[in-house]
Amino acid sequence: MSDPRELYQQVILEHNKKPRNFGRLEPCTHHAEGHNPLCGDQLDLTLVVENGMVQDVKFQGSGCAIDVASASLMTQAVKGRPVAEAEAMAEQFRGMVRGELDPATQAPLLGKLTLFQGVKDLPSRVKCAVLPWATLHAALKGEAEASTE
Amino acid sequence: MTTTLQPLDVQAIRRDFPLLSRSLNGRPVIYLDSAVSGQMPVQVIERMSKYERDEHTNVHRGVSTLSQEATDRYEEAREKVRAFLNAASAREIVWTRGTTESLNLVAQSFGRLVVQPGDEILLSAMEHHANIVPWQMLAQEKGATIKVIPMNDAGELILESLDELITERTRVMGLVHVSNVLGTINPVKAIVAKAHAKGVPVVVDGAQAVPHLAVDVRDLDADFYAFSGHKLSGPTGIGVLYGKLAHLEAMPPWQGGGSMIRSVSWEKTTYMPAPAKFEAGTPPIAGAIGLGAAIDYVRALGLDRIAAHEHDLLAYATENLLPIPGLRILGNAQEKASVLSFVVDGIHPHDLGSILDSEGVVVRAGHHCAQPVMTRFQVPATTRASFAYFNTREEVDILVSAVLKAIELFK
Repeated sequence: MSDPRELYQQVILEHNKKPRNFGRLEPCTHHAEGHNPLCGDQLDLTLVVENGMVQDVKFQGSGCAIDVASASLMTQAVKGRPVAEAEAMAEQFRGMVRGELDPATQAPLLGKLTLFQGVKDLPSRVKCAVLPWATLHAALKGEAEASTE
Repeated sequence: MTTTLQPLDVQAIRRDFPLLSRSLNGRPVIYLDSAVSGQMPVQVIERMSKYERDEHTNVHRGVSTLSQEATDRYEEAREKVRAFLNAASAREIVWTRGTTESLNLVAQSFGRLVVQPGDEILLSAMEHHANIVPWQMLAQEKGATIKVIPMNDAGELILESLDELITERTRVMGLVHVSNVLGTINPVKAIVAKAHAKGVPVVVDGAQAVPHLAVDVRDLDADFYAFSGHKLSGPTGIGVLYGKLAHLEAMPPWQGGGSMIRSVSWEKTTYMPAPAKFEAGTPPIAGAIGLGAAIDYVRALGLDRIAAHEHDLLAYATENLLPIPGLRILGNAQEKASVLSFVVDGIHPHDLGSILDSEGVVVRAGHHCAQPVMTRFQVPATTRASFAYFNTREEVDILVSAVLKAIELFK
């Protein structure tokens, strides 16, 4: 796919316009900030994790459509899941957008998130799609910041 | 005045640029990104290639005929730069890797000489990071402070503030000639006069100015003037620092090594006079010769004709983009070069950049290495089209229709 308009599908555009789980959880058990220094994208992620489950998750920040839609869809995908599963999804998502694994056979957890597979053909935008997942990973590991270069 | 100029033969000029006939994502490439890097005409590419094929060796080395020839070509290129800037002497022209290295050289050598604890460094609000960060590093080292000349909403410096901002502690001013984001052409001559009236030397970043307007460093009375070859239809890796000879002679060397010494012993090393004092090591020789060829090319077209053509494109693009609902142009200075930054409601500049790219339109989307300018205008980034002498109104039309397509998609 060399045409980015194939990536900018309705689902992504719609999540960009009306992001789900937008805001901040107070109180929260986990928190991290994500930055993409090259393009200025910023993400603030808060989670409530109990008994090894992601009970709730919210994000806020500013970024491009790929970044915002990725964050929005990510919060929907991990909410109510075990932490270990969320981490596994992060791994599969990264592998998919970097073109390292085939979403059809090697990413069973991703479901709707395979919408983002076209990002692998736009190397300059991979970091946008990955930022929310890198931030999630940092928050779950207890790190305050995540950065994608 | 411009009406009396013979217009450029743009179609003939375009044939000098091989890249302009390639395709991008299945469409003809529309290169509106000359502020990032100008394209090189074949005349420059072939001159560099000839040097590498038939003339390659080192300069200022030994007695061989080959080295003497290379040295002559290399020094001829320096003389071309001198004439291009109307400097008094070729000794005032220092080769560097680019504008950034030129500005670092000034900060590290001249700046260390003149800035002491408690002193002030004055910079304009529209500087590129290259004329901010070297001064911040110096300020931190010396315990000096940075002050900023503010700008208005049109993207023009507020000159009235200078009387207050230039104090008896001001040691140096950094000033961009043409803003790489806003396109503003700053009144360098008037600002330099104000600074000099209070004894403050001015370091001018000319990276975005030299491709668009004739620069006369003696008329501007600039103390230093920096630019890069690759913004001026030349290669990357070569740049220029002009400095008044009296400054260059007073300044300590910056980097040590071969070429910059007169004699070396374990006890004492003495240095060459400027500019060699600042040119340690083997320089990018093909780059210097290529920059000389680029100056020949640009001067043959005529900077006044280039400016007239680019001004027409800027006016035409502004006229056609401005009515688009939700589109806002950043930088509406009275005096403006052909750099056009804009933002569109509801579309992040990076998304817009990707969509324009799919239409074959090459622009820059980002903060343009000028984050304080982004902060000033409260945007995370902008999309920037920049026009060169080889661009056409038809290309502007394609830009405008691609922007409209993106807006339709994001509706």
